[in-house]
Amino acid sequence: MSARTEILDRLRSALHDAPEAPEIPRKYRHSSGMNEEELIELLRDRLLDYKAGVSVVDEASVPAKVAELLKGETSYVVPAGLDERWTALAPGRVVDSPEEPLSVEELDGIDAVVTGCAAAVAETGTIILDGSPGQGRRACSLIPDHHVCLVRAGDIYGVLPEAVRRLDVTHPLTWISGPSATSDIELQRVEGVHGPRRLDVVIIRS
Amino acid sequence: MSSTYLGMPAVPVYGSGNLHTAEPFPVAARRELDNEQLRANLGHATHTIRDKRLRVVAELPDWEELREAGSATKAAVMARLPELLEQFEENFTARGGVIHWARDAAEANEIVRDLIRDAGADEVVKVKSMATQEIGLNEYLEEHGISAFETDLAELIVQLDHDKPSHILVPAIHKNRSQIRDIFLREMPDVDPNLTDTPARLAEAARLHLRRKFLSAKVAISGANFALADTGTLAVVESEGNGRMCLTLPETLITVMGVEKLLPSWTDLEVFMQLLPRSSTGERMNPYTSLWTGVTEGDGPQNVHLVLLDNGRSAALADERGRSALHCIRCSACMNVCPVYERTGGHAYGSTYPGPIGAILSPLLTGITSEENASLPYASSLCGACYDACPVKINIPEILVHLRSEDVQSRRGTKKVPGQMDVAMKAASWMMGSGRRMALVEKALPLGKLAAGPDRKIKKLPGIAAGWTRSRDLPAPPAQSFRDWWAKEHEDTASKEQA
Repeated sequence: MSARTEILDRLRSALHDAPEAPEIPRKYRHSSGMNEEELIELLRDRLLDYKAGVSVVDEASVPAKVAELLKGETSYVVPAGLDERWTALAPGRVVDSPEEPLSVEELDGIDAVVTGCAAAVAETGTIILDGSPGQGRRACSLIPDHHVCLVRAGDIYGVLPEAVRRLDVTHPLTWISGPSATSDIELQRVEGVHGPRRLDVVIIRS
Repeated sequence: MSSTYLGMPAVPVYGSGNLHTAEPFPVAARRELDNEQLRANLGHATHTIRDKRLRVVAELPDWEELREAGSATKAAVMARLPELLEQFEENFTARGGVIHWARDAAEANEIVRDLIRDAGADEVVKVKSMATQEIGLNEYLEEHGISAFETDLAELIVQLDHDKPSHILVPAIHKNRSQIRDIFLREMPDVDPNLTDTPARLAEAARLHLRRKFLSAKVAISGANFALADTGTLAVVESEGNGRMCLTLPETLITVMGVEKLLPSWTDLEVFMQLLPRSSTGERMNPYTSLWTGVTEGDGPQNVHLVLLDNGRSAALADERGRSALHCIRCSACMNVCPVYERTGGHAYGSTYPGPIGAILSPLLTGITSEENASLPYASSLCGACYDACPVKINIPEILVHLRSEDVQSRRGTKKVPGQMDVAMKAASWMMGSGRRMALVEKALPLGKLAAGPDRKIKKLPGIAAGWTRSRDLPAPPAQSFRDWWAKEHEDTASKEQA
C-alpha cells in the first residue's frame, strides 16, 4: 500500500467517532472604520516602533524624498513597472525585469531597492508585496541591504482581514513588518540580520 | 453518525524520531535544576516574553473572538482532515508542486535525502523547523554525507555548539552572550578574532558567515507554519530574513510539514496571523511572512516539494480526548507561563516538543506506553496558566489528567501483584462509598493528633505515603470532623429556631 493511501486510511480510521466540524464564529473585527489620516498615523506609529524610517509625502514630493533616502547609495534596483517619475531624481538606477533578470551576484552588488506594494496593514505595521509589476520578484526586495518601499495611502487597511480579502494568495506574497530583526541573544532585539537592515517607508497621500 | 462511521478503529501507529525522552522527567528535571545559568536565563526570558505578550494581546479588543475562531477552525480541520489533505494536494500539485507522503520519521528522512541527491547537491540551507527536528533530519543527512546548515541565529548557535534547543521559539535561550561569542570564535572558520559579545556584533558575524551559503545554495529545507487547503499555499513566519533567503534563492525547496498544519481556506489565515505573532514573540507582527503556492515562473524555486508527515499524528487524532493537542500552532506561549518549564527548561522534557504542550503532544505521538514519555503528563502542577495563554484554547490541563489516567490504566494491565497504592485506593473507595463507614473512620481522627508532635505537624508518614512527607509536613487532623461539627451546629440552630 502506498504511504499516501495508508496515511489517509489511518486518519479516516482515527476519526471513528465522526466528530462534527463546528461552525467557525467570525465575530472578530473585519474593518477599523478609520479615515485616511488615522490610517497613516497608525501605520507610521507601528513602523517607527519596528525601527523603520517613515515619511509621509504628497505625490509631487516623492522623487525628492526617494532621492534623499538613497543619498549615499551608489546603486539601486527597481522592478520593471515602478513609476519612473518616482526615481527620476536619484542616480544609479538598475532595472530588474522578467525579460532581463539580474543574477543573484548582481543583486548582491547593489546597495538598495525601491519597490511599490500591494497593501499595508496599519494596526500591525505590515507592508505586503505580491510580485506584481512595480514590486518585482522576491529576490529583488531581499538581497540589497536597504529597502525603500512606496505605499499609496489608498492601499492602507486598518486591520489584517481587510487586507487579506483584497489580495490574491496564489501570487508569492511577502509580508514585511520592519527591517530584519532577531532577539535570539538574551532576547535583546537587534535590527538587521539577513534581510535588508534598513527599511524606509514612504507613504503617499491621495 | 452512522453515515460517516468507518468501522472499528485500527491499531494506532505511533511516531518515531526525536519524540522520546531518554530518561523520566523527574530524573532529567532534577539535573537541569542544578544549572543556575539555565534557570537565570529562563526566568528572565519567560518573564520578558510573557509581559510583552500580555501588552500586545491587551491592545486587541477582539482577542477572545480571535481565539474562538482559531479554536473552532482547528477543530473543523481535525474533523475534515483527510478530505482537506486531498484538496490541498490537488491545488498544490496543479500549481507545479510535488507532494510526498511519509508514514514516519525514517521514511521522511529518506525522501528528503533522495530529493537532495536528485538535485545534485551535497549541502543544504535550512529554515528553523520543528518537524525536521522531530524526525532528526540533520543527523540523518550527516550520516549520508549531506551537510545541513541551520540559518536561524539561535539554531545556528545550537548547531555550532553541538547542543540541543531548549525552547521552541528561542532555542539558544540557555546560553548567554559570552558563551555565544566563544562558540562563534571556536566554530566559525572565517570569524573576526576580535569579535565582541554585543548582540549586534554577534548577529553581524552570523550574517557574514551565512551570506555566501545563501547566495550559492542549490537546495533549501523548510518547515511550514500553515498550509491552505483551498489554494495549495504554504506559509512560513520568521524574523531574520534567513527564511526568505532559503525560500527564495535556491532552485529546489523541500518543505517538511505535519499533516495537522492545514487550514481550510486563505481567509482563515487572517485569524492565525493575528494569533501567532502576538502569542509567540509578543510582537504585533513578525518581521517577515512568506507565502508561496507551488511554482511561480521567474520568481523563487522552480522545484517545489512538500513532504507530508504522519509520524504519530494519526494516533493522536484517534484519541478523542487528546486530539485537540494537534491544534497547536507552536507559538510557545504555554512554555513562557509554565511554572514547571520556567525552572527545568526545555531539555528536561527530552522530546523535540517541551513545556506543557510537549507534555501532552509527545506521549500522544509516541503512545503513553512508551515508558519514559509516560512521565511527561506528570510534569505539571495543573495550574491552568497554559490553557489561558493558548491562542487556540487547547485545554492542556484536561488532557494532562486524561493522559495520567491512561498511564495508570496501561500500567494496571501489566502489573500482577497489587501495589500499596492499589490497596490504599481500594480501601479509600470502600470507606468513602458509605456515609456510615466514613463516620466510623472519622472517629479515629484524634489518633492523628497523637501521631503529630507538639507542633501539630506530622513529619513522617509510613509506606508509599512517605513520598508526600519527604519534602513537606502534614498538618495534624482537627479534633473534630466536619460531619461532627455540622451535626452539632444544626442541633444548635434547630433548638434556637424552636425557642
